[in-house]
Amino acid sequence: MSTPAVNCKGLVKRYGDVVAVDGLDLEIRVGECFGLLGPNGAGKTTTVEILQGLLPPDAGSVEVLGMRWENQERSLRERMGTQLQDTQLPDKLSVVEVLTLFRSFYRAGRPVEDVIDMVQLREKRDVWVKNLSGGQRQRLSVACSLVSDPEILFLDEPTTGLDPQSRHQLWRIIGDFRAGGGTILLTTHHMEEAERLCDRVAVIDHGKVIAQGSPRALIESLGAEHVVQFALANGDSIDHATLGSLPGVERVSAVDGRTQLTVMHVHEAVPALMTLLQQRRAELSELTTHHATLEDVFISLTGRHLRDG
Amino acid sequence: MADARVRPLIELAKWRTREFLRQPEAMFWVFAFPILLAFALGIAFQNRGAQTVHVVVEQGLNADALVETLIAAGGIEASVLAADEAQNALRTGRVPLVVVPGETLVFRYDSTREESLLARLVTNDALQRAEGRSDVRAVRNLGTSEPGARYIDFLIPGLLGLNIMGTGMWGVGFSIVRTRTQKLLKRFVATPMRKSHFLLGYMLSRLVFLVAEVAALVAFGHFVFGVPVRGSILALSVVSLLGALAFAGIGVLVASRAQTIEGVSGMMNLVMVPMWVLSGVFFSAAAFPDAMQPVIQALPLTALNDALRAVLLDGASLFALTGWLAILALWCVGSFGVALKIFRWS
Repeated sequence: MSTPAVNCKGLVKRYGDVVAVDGLDLEIRVGECFGLLGPNGAGKTTTVEILQGLLPPDAGSVEVLGMRWENQERSLRERMGTQLQDTQLPDKLSVVEVLTLFRSFYRAGRPVEDVIDMVQLREKRDVWVKNLSGGQRQRLSVACSLVSDPEILFLDEPTTGLDPQSRHQLWRIIGDFRAGGGTILLTTHHMEEAERLCDRVAVIDHGKVIAQGSPRALIESLGAEHVVQFALANGDSIDHATLGSLPGVERVSAVDGRTQLTVMHVHEAVPALMTLLQQRRAELSELTTHHATLEDVFISLTGRHLRDG
Repeated sequence: MADARVRPLIELAKWRTREFLRQPEAMFWVFAFPILLAFALGIAFQNRGAQTVHVVVEQGLNADALVETLIAAGGIEASVLAADEAQNALRTGRVPLVVVPGETLVFRYDSTREESLLARLVTNDALQRAEGRSDVRAVRNLGTSEPGARYIDFLIPGLLGLNIMGTGMWGVGFSIVRTRTQKLLKRFVATPMRKSHFLLGYMLSRLVFLVAEVAALVAFGHFVFGVPVRGSILALSVVSLLGALAFAGIGVLVASRAQTIEGVSGMMNLVMVPMWVLSGVFFSAAAFPDAMQPVIQALPLTALNDALRAVLLDGASLFALTGWLAILALWCVGSFGVALKIFRWS
């Protein structure tokens, strides 16, 4: 088997009494897009910063592209690209000036003008950073990581806070990089993003990997394709054993005062649920159904929503 | 390829230079402010020809004759005022001395005011001479208002030193901390950028502005107030350069750990304000007690100001400046050395 793009074992990072990363193992293959999925504060950023050699771990080993930070930092930095959360690029430099600055740090790489086209900032080439929109700024930030023509790209929450259109533009850039054979590690708490972009994801909670696999496989692990979520008026509830015996119901869980059924077929489960509620004279205050997503995987694993943290 | 190796350094220096040029308020503080300050102080302390002493004679017997005598003596402006008005003028400091006529002349004045003491001496001298006193020892007076010995001549090199300190500390220290708070520093560290290039880039762009700011202030002093430039341009350049490097080093040191703009601003003032007072910018550092002198002389701004004055006013050669240059070099090397050891790169 070829050397993995990223291989880390037993990663631990503490901040005082708080354990941010708690014995984390990851193996990312060359050429895949790998997602770290988890709520805010799960340890995603700490993990990617350790993997990028920006934070020393308290324990554990890290290898990127078969190299170690301790003795091959410079050659590693030449070959990776990075986009950090909350970096403010120089306000009063133009797009081309920022990219030229970043390009100068690397011995080899792509011409700046090519990168400008890749991220669709051609018309903004000579505009100052402070006059760019949020989405354009984020594209520029990713562009700064592309000037080195990297083998691996670390993206920390690249689309957080962006409008849907800007998000799609970034997804396209990431997709292009992936199609060119690059490896990507991205963190997100946006499940649609992970499902759309990632070949595999690791779900992280409290500094540990709690599930890992392709988005498809993780959703299938729920054992059913759909989620029916409902709430009763007056805060009534129905015991989970009864609900679990309804046709096609694979799993029952309670989240935020609502009850969630993971079901094989909505057209079987919902009528049965209605009949049950009628018998019990329970009044429905809310009912929704959707295709199972990674969010549901997270909920079924932790009983919490991704966004709640 | 040597070119590729220095390119990041050049690009970093270009970045700093552009950010500075595109910030009008920074340009104001570096270029316009010192010149405005020099202009204001130069006007305020301008020599107004020979100084005269103002004296009031209280209304009374022969008051008008006294006034005439005083005016005839030269260098004295005298007038008659009613007793209460004269008293009032003295109390509020509008006149330094009141003469009360009578058999025995009475001088009213505030003995703690230098101006009053001077007025008393001049007035007494004029009146005694008028009554026939003559000098027993011959003297000859040679007044001077030569360029090089006036307050503005003292002031311009001091302001130059102050400006080199201020722009070095703020220009380097402040913007390093801003880079850190914006997480841009961390982003740079994630690239193969050399850390030494990052700091050298700041220094390099400082030097670009150093030439301009020294030239502007020296030229202003020279052409507007006739402040002499007696030393060589080489000596002036070396002193300014070493001064700028010393303060850039101190700027890096102050910025090396600071996590917030407020934190670094406080530290900057803590470092700079004592030197504004102690290092002979607006008045001579010799005014402080002898016991403090070793400390004052070791301060970088004192060394810079003294060296600048020696070059501009006395035409000192580089060789004569060795002591001051050594102090500046020590500050530069020392602060950089410590800063590099403790610098926080994220």
